[in-house]
Amino acid sequence: MSAPGASEKEVWPLWEVFVRSSRGISHTHVGSLHAPDATLAVRNARDLYTRRNEGVSIWVVPAEAITTSDPDAKGAFFESPAGKNYRHASYYVKSEGVKHL
Amino acid sequence: MSTPSRTDAVTDVVTDVVTDAAGGVVTDAATHAPDRGHDHGENEGHGHVEVDGVELSAELVEGPSVASHDVAEYALWLGDDSLVLAQQLGWWISRAPELEEDIALGNIALDLIGHARSLLHYSGAESDRTEDDLAYWRTEPEFRSAHLFEQPNGDFAHTIARQFIAANYLFELYSRLAGSADATLAAIAAKAVKEVDYHRDHAAQWVLRLALGTEESRARMICGLGDLWPFLDELFVDEPLIDRLEGVAVRPSTLRGPAWDAMAPVLREAGLDEPRGFISSGGGRRGDHSENLGPLLAEMQVLARSHPGASW
Repeated sequence: MSAPGASEKEVWPLWEVFVRSSRGISHTHVGSLHAPDATLAVRNARDLYTRRNEGVSIWVVPAEAITTSDPDAKGAFFESPAGKNYRHASYYVKSEGVKHL
Repeated sequence: MSTPSRTDAVTDVVTDVVTDAAGGVVTDAATHAPDRGHDHGENEGHGHVEVDGVELSAELVEGPSVASHDVAEYALWLGDDSLVLAQQLGWWISRAPELEEDIALGNIALDLIGHARSLLHYSGAESDRTEDDLAYWRTEPEFRSAHLFEQPNGDFAHTIARQFIAANYLFELYSRLAGSADATLAAIAAKAVKEVDYHRDHAAQWVLRLALGTEESRARMICGLGDLWPFLDELFVDEPLIDRLEGVAVRPSTLRGPAWDAMAPVLREAGLDEPRGFISSGGGRRGDHSENLGPLLAEMQVLARSHPGASW
């Protein structure tokens, strides 16, 4: 099975890149790149995505290893929360006299 | 801050165009990919970046003093090595095996141009010349680069072989030059050593992959190392100038052992023998160059010489 965005014409596999911009912040997906293996993927990521001091840590993941939700099943997957306002904190009125809420 | 020099400006524009092209391709792939279940907020990805908020660091490493004639000459040697190598590497933009490698080599070239700018800036102050004067208005015999750096790019394996030797030599050189009695040279070396450390890692990774890849890539790696190895010796020759700069310059002959010790494990892991062959007589430090430097300088200097004093 080919990875999303991968093409038969590409010699090198696709990798997804995650960069952490500073300590205490989680790694964020910044894009993808091609590399022959994981070691070089980290180096390519350094050259492509941290040229302007964007990060202090890099993760690379083979694009193949990512399982995605089905884009055609958006309704079934993501519409259920609509109308269930009670799942949002702002739905609730603060009870009188309650401190520290 | 002064206007960026033409060298750096031009190369950086070229690299940035490629980077953005890479961004385009990458974004394209992501667009075709099925939604991975999260929306990209406007500021997600790179975090919130404001151009105005970015603090730019100094482009040049500058010291308090003007170099003596001998120190200026020494800085010229080192600056020319970096400048000539950077100019060769710039050719790979748009021509490397993959887009990602274009950018890797372009980044390395920009690092080297940074070193060359600081070194030539320091060197030129003694004769009241800017780094641009030295880069664009000297003739071939006035350049002091060693022959290794002006060797042609060849195929990718030749470029990697040249990088492998150059980066390992430069790493050992700058590691020691950082302790120089000359404060400016020491500061330039201290910054440069971190960058060439990455360059030697990049080269080593590729030596291993080419040597242990296919039969074809291995044959090319062996050929590349064989063609570049003759220019190793010139890097370790102690010219008379070095005797006059005790404590300031790094004695080249002392770098041979450490540079070999750094390269040997990589060659061993790659299953490669040390190439044996003729040894180039060199002469770059005296202005005697190979046939490669003339055309390289012609291309590098033509714009500045056609439009003297132009800026943008």
